[in-house]
Amino acid sequence: MEGPDRLYDRTPGVEDQEPTANFLSYTTGFGLAVLLTIASFIVSQTDLLWPPGIPAGLVVLAFAQIGVHLVFFLHIGTGPDNTNNIVALAFGLFIVLLVIGGSCLIIANLNANMMPMPMNIPR
Amino acid sequence: MLGKLSWSAIPFDQPLPLYAMGVVGLVILAVLGIIARKGWWPYLWSEWLTSVDHKRIGVMYFILGLVMLIRGYSDAIMMRSQQAIAIGGAEGYLPPDHYNQIFSSHGTIMIFFVAMPFVIGLMNFVVPLQLGVRDVAFPVLNSVSFWLTASGALLINVSLVIGNFARTGWMCYPPLSELAFSQDVGVDYYLWLLLISGIGTLLAGINMVTTILKLRAPGMTYFRMPVFCWSALVSSILIVVAFPVLTATFVMLLLDRHLGAHFFTNDAGGNMMMYVNLFWAWGHPEVYILILPAFGIFSEVIATFSGKPLFSYHSMVYALLAICVLSFMVWLHHFFTMGASADVNAFFGIMSMIIGVPTGVKVFNWLFTMFRGRLVFRTPVLFSLGFIVTFVIGGMTGVLLAVPPIDFVLHNSVFLVAHFHNVIIGGVVFGAMAGYNYWFPKAFGFTLSEGWGKASFWCWIIGFYLAFTPLYVLGLMGMTRRLQHIADPTWRPLLLVAELGAIVIFLAILCQAMQLYVSIRTRESRRDVTGDPWNGRTLEWSTSSPPPAYNFAVLPRVETIDAFSEMKRRGVRAAVQSAYEKIEMPRNSPLAFVIAFFAVVAGFALIWQMWWLAILGLLAILVMVMVFGWSEDRQHEISAAEMARMERARLARGRPA
Amino acid sequence: MTATTLEKVRPELVRGRGGGGPASTRTVVAYGFWIFILSDITMFSALFAAYAVLSDRTAGGPTASEVINLRHVFIETMCLLASSYTCGLGALSAERRQPDRYLVYSVLTFVLGAAFLLIEIADFADMARMGAGPSRSAFLSAFWALVGMHGAHVTSGLLWLVYMVAQVLAKGLLPHVLRRQLCFSLFWHALDIIWVGVLTVVYLMGAR
Repeated sequence: MEGPDRLYDRTPGVEDQEPTANFLSYTTGFGLAVLLTIASFIVSQTDLLWPPGIPAGLVVLAFAQIGVHLVFFLHIGTGPDNTNNIVALAFGLFIVLLVIGGSCLIIANLNANMMPMPMNIPR
Repeated sequence: MLGKLSWSAIPFDQPLPLYAMGVVGLVILAVLGIIARKGWWPYLWSEWLTSVDHKRIGVMYFILGLVMLIRGYSDAIMMRSQQAIAIGGAEGYLPPDHYNQIFSSHGTIMIFFVAMPFVIGLMNFVVPLQLGVRDVAFPVLNSVSFWLTASGALLINVSLVIGNFARTGWMCYPPLSELAFSQDVGVDYYLWLLLISGIGTLLAGINMVTTILKLRAPGMTYFRMPVFCWSALVSSILIVVAFPVLTATFVMLLLDRHLGAHFFTNDAGGNMMMYVNLFWAWGHPEVYILILPAFGIFSEVIATFSGKPLFSYHSMVYALLAICVLSFMVWLHHFFTMGASADVNAFFGIMSMIIGVPTGVKVFNWLFTMFRGRLVFRTPVLFSLGFIVTFVIGGMTGVLLAVPPIDFVLHNSVFLVAHFHNVIIGGVVFGAMAGYNYWFPKAFGFTLSEGWGKASFWCWIIGFYLAFTPLYVLGLMGMTRRLQHIADPTWRPLLLVAELGAIVIFLAILCQAMQLYVSIRTRESRRDVTGDPWNGRTLEWSTSSPPPAYNFAVLPRVETIDAFSEMKRRGVRAAVQSAYEKIEMPRNSPLAFVIAFFAVVAGFALIWQMWWLAILGLLAILVMVMVFGWSEDRQHEISAAEMARMERARLARGRPA
Repeated sequence: MTATTLEKVRPELVRGRGGGGPASTRTVVAYGFWIFILSDITMFSALFAAYAVLSDRTAGGPTASEVINLRHVFIETMCLLASSYTCGLGALSAERRQPDRYLVYSVLTFVLGAAFLLIEIADFADMARMGAGPSRSAFLSAFWALVGMHGAHVTSGLLWLVYMVAQVLAKGLLPHVLRRQLCFSLFWHALDIIWVGVLTVVYLMGAR
């Protein structure tokens, strides 16, 4: 079933379905990723970015690096043939954000509500 | 050399578990002996134990669930009896140490080794047939999934005799489950066996998602799939994203226990609330993993036995997708009382009420499907009607519990216990029994006895209400869960009614055993010759009963929802084709059985800290996988001529489609 | 949204979408592995959540900035990134049926991955020596578990790579070998994606 399959069924990383999968795309991806990584280190270790904004900046750079990997190494695109992959990825991302973000919010809330133990109660 | 293992691990001083296991051991030996004497071993080995056929694997899953139901039920009747006896001055017969292990193993077994196998077994058997294809995406992986689940089941039974099981409850909360407070191997049994079977379940989820999204008959678009396949898809997606969270959580607890880590300890910065948080981040999707396939079964059964298409197929699908997303946004309702502030509790309370809406949509759709249909009151339909009433009540108590101030009163009371048994028995168990009665003829070629089926249904539903309505009342009166001794004698009448209910449920299980026995003895008189005993609507009914190993000689071309109804309407009959094409089917393989064997060895070794044996076991698994991966001769071909011959024989046996 | 409305907006969803029959083995295998990768990412997210929640619970012991060696981390990151690049080039060579190039790129991937691992193990050994083992505090437990789990995945990946190369040498670039090679590249790229998360959350934010 290669005909309709070719139209509707791209899978991440599969090379022969990709006219764009070539030496150039990998090298561009690698170059971009290196630059973004160096940028992350610079942002983290210097005051180039406004200090209170550094965590946000690092997160943005991390997403950019991940995006580069997804697009240039795994060939995730936006065409209709990629829908299953995008939906899977989006759902996975949703779960990751829920688990990490949800846990952080909940535990922070719980920690704030825990009663401090008086020091003079014998244990 | 033997780690922590010694003769003291076997409870020679406690007759009850020893005699129980003695009896079970004798039964097992008797069964094995009968099989040997009748010469069935070669057949069993080559056709079942090494099978990679989804139909056989599905049947084995279901059998595992039925066998473990007996063990889980034994735990239940022991608890009910203890609570009926140990009131006021009486001590009962189960010391607290045992009682704690029993309620822990009851929950663990019922969820992981009864409900999950029922649901995964039915999905395995039915989905490829309904999709009009020959097998799941990864047949060998499928058999590995089953056998790893069976390994977990074996280990939990071993814990009865060698060592002990966890005393922490089935959720295994720290700090009680940390080494400081549970030094013995009980918690280690729990953690390792669930990790092993969890890998099996995760692989099954991946397999099912891939099958449903990538392997369907030509013309079967997403919105022409049967609703059971949609529910299997959503349930499997939930497996794929929820089970890894459980895996990580158990790994962290193991690191705490054995490497001195401090994830959840009392000291050095550990936070035991994080365990509860992560456990339920898995735990809530888990209950949806269990119930959604049951919803799918009811959709199929109600539509078929009403003689009408399912009402509003599209809203059923959207309700499933909504539940998929929402099921990840409610998990805090399992720990409202842990101390979050009012706004956090309120958010999760509101979300927990919202998630009832898609289920409500589905209930109305089932009712509208039956409306103006010609309902045939066979056993699967009785279970479906019982489900609608029972599950709605259980769901309503759930929405009640979703209100945080109410939950503050009822959390960890037997009201909660009644609620979740209400939805799991009324939902998952009834769904499994409906599916079992509905698809049994497809799997084995003869129908089950209707009389005994109906008897089992009535015993189940009466037994359920007798056993759990008193618990609702007792919960409101203040009885907490997991009590080994009851101080308040005014609770006695209610506890006795609950005990009666448990006995009626035992009758239900007996009826089902009788049903199977009688049906096998009279199977010739109830042969399913046409392959379509219920005037079905979906593609599995277009095959013979049982289907050939390859399911479909020619993959059906699908043009509508309820593809088989359409085929019947148009008078399409599968005649013998003039030309078949050769097909390739996967060969059976002992890989899964061998991996599971070494998984049991390695698991047991890890539990008892025999590190050398654990390493050997894990290495053996690695070597087996590498050896299997090296081989290439893993398909066998069925030539066109052989296809023609088999189809001719099959059609000559009188099956029109 | 009713079926007819949906049909006007996205007709391929209602009418023709996914009706092409069973996909090819290659697509099925690759998609199945992609779903496995997603499950693995979810597992890491639970470990990330534990780290995020416990990262300040140092119990009077070493803090993040005291145990992190950013120079090593930079070198590790570049090694892993470069190994992802060579893995991709190896995948291209495999698709183009160039086994010699494939082998060269695979060896490079292995060497770079092993370098990553060796630096990481050396750092862990240093931490253990200075009393910053996993049992010192909750923060350190979470650190060791998250970074260690990633390292365990990299180790499995390297073992798998050796097995892959052995298969290619013994059997050539047969279809089933190519499918496995595809799964390996998915795995290796996914590990680098997870490392971006570890780098950012654990090392770059921790070292501030």
